[in-house]
Amino acid sequence: MGVTLSEAAAKHVKNFIAKRGRGIGLRIGVRTSGCSGMAYKLEFADALEADDLQFDSFGVTVLVDPKSLPYIEGMELDYTREGLNEGFKFNNPNVKDACGCGESFQV
Amino acid sequence: MALLQISEPGLSTAPHQHRLAVGIDLGTTNSLVATVRNGISVVLNDEHGRAMLPSVVRYGADGGVVAGEAAQLAQSEDPVNTIVSVKRFMGRGLTDVGDTSRLPYRFVETGEPGGMVQLRTVAGVKSPVEVSAEILKVLRQRAEASLGGELVGAVITVPAYFDDAQRQATKDAAKLAGINVLRLLNEPTAAAIAYGLDNASEGVYAVYDLGGGTFDISILRLSRGVFEVLAANGDSALGGDDFDQRIHCWLLEKNQLSALNPRDTRLLLTLARTAKEQLTDYPEARITAVLSSGELIDNVLTQAEFHSLSQNLIQRTLQPLRRALRDAKLTVADVKGVVMVGGATRMPQVQQAVGEFFGQTPLTNLDPDKVVALGAAIQANLLAGNRTGDDWLLLDVIPLSLGLETMGGLAEKVIPRNSTIPTARAQEFTTYKDGQTAMSLHVVQGERELVSDCRSLAKFELRGIPAMVAGAARIRVTFQVDADGLLNVAAREMASGIEAAIVVKPSYGLSDADITRMLQESAQHAVDDMQARAQREQQTEANQLCEAVQNALAQDGDLLDVVQRAHIEAKIAGVREALQGGGQQLIKRAMTALNEATVSFAQARMDKSVTRALSGKNISDLDIK
Repeated sequence: MGVTLSEAAAKHVKNFIAKRGRGIGLRIGVRTSGCSGMAYKLEFADALEADDLQFDSFGVTVLVDPKSLPYIEGMELDYTREGLNEGFKFNNPNVKDACGCGESFQV
Repeated sequence: MALLQISEPGLSTAPHQHRLAVGIDLGTTNSLVATVRNGISVVLNDEHGRAMLPSVVRYGADGGVVAGEAAQLAQSEDPVNTIVSVKRFMGRGLTDVGDTSRLPYRFVETGEPGGMVQLRTVAGVKSPVEVSAEILKVLRQRAEASLGGELVGAVITVPAYFDDAQRQATKDAAKLAGINVLRLLNEPTAAAIAYGLDNASEGVYAVYDLGGGTFDISILRLSRGVFEVLAANGDSALGGDDFDQRIHCWLLEKNQLSALNPRDTRLLLTLARTAKEQLTDYPEARITAVLSSGELIDNVLTQAEFHSLSQNLIQRTLQPLRRALRDAKLTVADVKGVVMVGGATRMPQVQQAVGEFFGQTPLTNLDPDKVVALGAAIQANLLAGNRTGDDWLLLDVIPLSLGLETMGGLAEKVIPRNSTIPTARAQEFTTYKDGQTAMSLHVVQGERELVSDCRSLAKFELRGIPAMVAGAARIRVTFQVDADGLLNVAAREMASGIEAAIVVKPSYGLSDADITRMLQESAQHAVDDMQARAQREQQTEANQLCEAVQNALAQDGDLLDVVQRAHIEAKIAGVREALQGGGQQLIKRAMTALNEATVSFAQARMDKSVTRALSGKNISDLDIK
């Protein structure tokens, strides 16, 4: 299972990493924060941590730390456009409840 | 759910705490807004995919205001209420604007001397600040819609030659538009940042900015993380539009047309512009049109022909370039890189001419229309705290020294030019006369020694100084320049703690030419200025001496007999006379004579005050340390 990217998301991530000029992949995780308990972490990865789990989606390496995995197991990251705004969207099957803004969630 | 962007490692923001920051290029012809997303600086487009917002604002009779494309379309039908190129009026008085006869606007002078020019529209009198705010509001809305949240702030770019008044006006416009200004950034510096030159090794860079209607050349030096503007020059009436005009004239000549009606002129100018743009990528462009007279126009313009047509326009940009290098005391060999800014620099003949001038290929891989906004966005991202600490914070410097007027019309520099900002310096001043209870502070800007040769920025008064003998009061004056180059001056009398302060919002601006001129003059007049300073100092000293002696005479005149007194008074008159147009030597001699004449009087006064202090007191009452 693990964590996957949609084809569109993978294309954008590859593009962003290429323009940034460095980075081995994308790091996805969760932190305890925000109004509903948990918040996503979405960062460029410059180095591999010892216990990182690695997934590959459309040629992009996705790194997840083992503590975060249970919260995002089976999640797909998509890239969408909403009006003028565009960005990454988390389709996470584990989420039971999210705050209005959707930036913070509960499992 | 909210859409997320990729952050730098370790910098994911907590929910609701995304620090959305943008860079805004508030241009004369067009404005843009950009931001850093997923680690890359990008320009934000409007709903139609357009990046550039025409810097045009139209006021309607119903109080409605439109900015951008729609306003631009109304320009010919409603020129009076459609304000274009408002940037030229920012922080400017009517006299600064120059020839207004060719502008369609109804200018209003403000009551106060040196106030900013105002424009009378159908919706009332508007200041350039208000007009600019309308443009900024549109950009802000676009940014907030694109980023999905409120902005924490923006970096707004201004030309390098903008003075304090113009910068303050820009800041005010942002405030009016509800934008928190993180910093104002010089346009050439922003362009250099967009090219990542701030991460490059130190050196001198030239920024060649040929916009729609203005040409600016800046010579920057990067050293220890600071971009210093060494020289700025340009031509405020030269831009891409002049190239369209050349093609337009060529068309008239080819077809032997005389003056056309406005509709046909507009049509041909639009076609000229299209042809110009085509010739950037293709060897020739075909221009076809049907005029209102029914006459058919069908011409082919080749690149070679266009090059020869535009040759003298390009030559006109090289002149300011040479001047800028000369002002910076540099040669082309010192220039490490050349950055191209402005849509007109897409023309191959411009790139070629600049390349030949500098003997190196200019940087052109970023979109020259967007490069300033992109650089501003990178700086905004940094200032908002979205990047790691290994990036240095970019600093700017003040272009001319800031100081105070001291007695005798001398300028005392408090902050020297090229100090990095933000900065604060304090200096102590004192009173000039006995019992002086107020002090007038005159803030000046410039490199010259005499106030009359510098530019006056502001005047304010510190009142309520306790009466003391001359020179006893300690007045600490603090000059503070914030990150936007705006000056705050505060004066504090140290004994009583009374304070007075002013934020300098100078009425009149300096153009880049003025700054250049002032700097040149300061170098040329260095020796004259030194002598003038010495002379003024001596005059002040002489006046002070006469003053002191006269006070003493008024107080203790009884110690002198008539002859002695007459002798001293004659010497005072001698000094006063020498001051009236006498040379330095003469004043000096008269002062020495007065000093000598008062030796015994001073002695007598000293004795008297000692006697007065001791009289009626027992030795044990005296506090002898």
